[in-house]
Amino acid sequence: MGRYSAFSLLRGAFNGQSHWQPAWRDPEPKKTYDIIVIGGGGHGLATAYYLATVHGLRNVAVLEKGYIGGGNTGRNTTLVRSNYRLKPLHDFFEFGLKMWEHLSDELNYNVMFSPRGAMFLGHSDSDMIRLAERGDAMRCSGIDAELLTRDQVAKIEPLLDMSRDARFPIVGGLTQRRGGTARHDAVAWGYARGADRQGVDIIQKCQVTGFIRQGDAVIGVETTRGPIGAGRVGICVAGHSGHVAAMAGLKLPIESQTLQALVTEGVKPMVQSVVMSQSLHCYISQSDKGGIVMGGDPDNWPSYAQRGNPMITEGAIAQAIALIPALSRLRMLRTWSGVTDMSFDGSPIIGKTPVPNLFLNGGWCYGGFKGTPASGYTFAHTLAEGEPHPLNAPFDLDRFRRGDTIDENGVGPMPNHR
Amino acid sequence: MMLIPCPHCGPRAQAEFVYERTLDSVVALDAGADDAMNSLFTRTNPRGVDEELWRHTYGCRAWMAVRRHRVTHEIESVQPVGPEALP
Repeated sequence: MGRYSAFSLLRGAFNGQSHWQPAWRDPEPKKTYDIIVIGGGGHGLATAYYLATVHGLRNVAVLEKGYIGGGNTGRNTTLVRSNYRLKPLHDFFEFGLKMWEHLSDELNYNVMFSPRGAMFLGHSDSDMIRLAERGDAMRCSGIDAELLTRDQVAKIEPLLDMSRDARFPIVGGLTQRRGGTARHDAVAWGYARGADRQGVDIIQKCQVTGFIRQGDAVIGVETTRGPIGAGRVGICVAGHSGHVAAMAGLKLPIESQTLQALVTEGVKPMVQSVVMSQSLHCYISQSDKGGIVMGGDPDNWPSYAQRGNPMITEGAIAQAIALIPALSRLRMLRTWSGVTDMSFDGSPIIGKTPVPNLFLNGGWCYGGFKGTPASGYTFAHTLAEGEPHPLNAPFDLDRFRRGDTIDENGVGPMPNHR
Repeated sequence: MMLIPCPHCGPRAQAEFVYERTLDSVVALDAGADDAMNSLFTRTNPRGVDEELWRHTYGCRAWMAVRRHRVTHEIESVQPVGPEALP
């Protein structure tokens, strides 16, 4: 498969577009690999891509039980931002945001990254103090953040209900103008194509059913397509980390919960940026196709069902309509739900496990999509070197035992109890 | 939405209940540091049945132990809990 370019498109115009080839192969699994990544979502495919491109490892396989990008990669709300308050988080996500900015060029695949601005709304004086603190923390680390007055918010989003008797009065905001959205499927497909071109085997419909052990160490995986040997194995199945890790005898600081989102019919541009409210827990953006994408709370109880609870959808819609009343005139096109790893400090877990040769990337809670490039880059480093990258070192599994949790929301071991 | 049979009030809509935590994550008063850490922070998180503590917040406010399947949401049993039921 050649590179995508204006020239290849033009050439296709003269041969009936017959030159297109599948973007990645469909190989049979080999007997053994240097590194196996379990999970063919955005994070797993990005990991494989950086293992090949940054670390020169080509004898790598990605095992996916269904089809690639069919889990949470295809079920999120595509938001990209790095506006966190705690240093380990904003270092990690800012590194990722810088990768997003040139990802389309690097992958030769249009991931449709659209830095339209990610704006938190403030509904009270105390909200504004919290947002100002967060903005200060970001600015001190060289990340763009801009505290907005009420008028500035109204200018960015003219359809917000700015009246004094609004259900949720808006007194200001905090925006990160470099934040925005990207095309979720394209991210998975772009990384898959890039990894495949480097010789990585992407093996779909191959479910891992157990680990092959030698003493304590993992030396391979049992799959529905037979046993496969591996030097190192990375679990990258966020949403399902719990029961995959359980096959290796590990109990993780994670509970799986469903997180829902919905999209309306397509309309002309009406929401300019990404509008978020952390006091309400509601987020609204408009896709490039015109649909208004929104979401809200998780279901707040453990579930693997990949279907949600209408009550939660109703709550998210009520909040969105209170913020932008014009949304009430739109018809809902569909709703969906993903299974998310809720880690007990709200931050991801990327690093070694107590089992030799077994590594973990999970616990992404609400925010896995934006982390895709940085997660892949740092997890690839961890798998290749056997030691974490400085950016993911704070996110190790052992931090809970040390009492060194990275708790952005201050909710302790119960991330669902906000 | 689930219908949860409260042992005190009978079957009620799930909207009246709040999930608290798994039954095995209650920290015993005499637990050592490692046991307390494990109880607080680690979970079996099965793709199957687990035992959970729920509270009938908008009803009798009582706590109860619910055995529930986490894929089908089928509830196998609901038991009242008191101090004697906890580890």
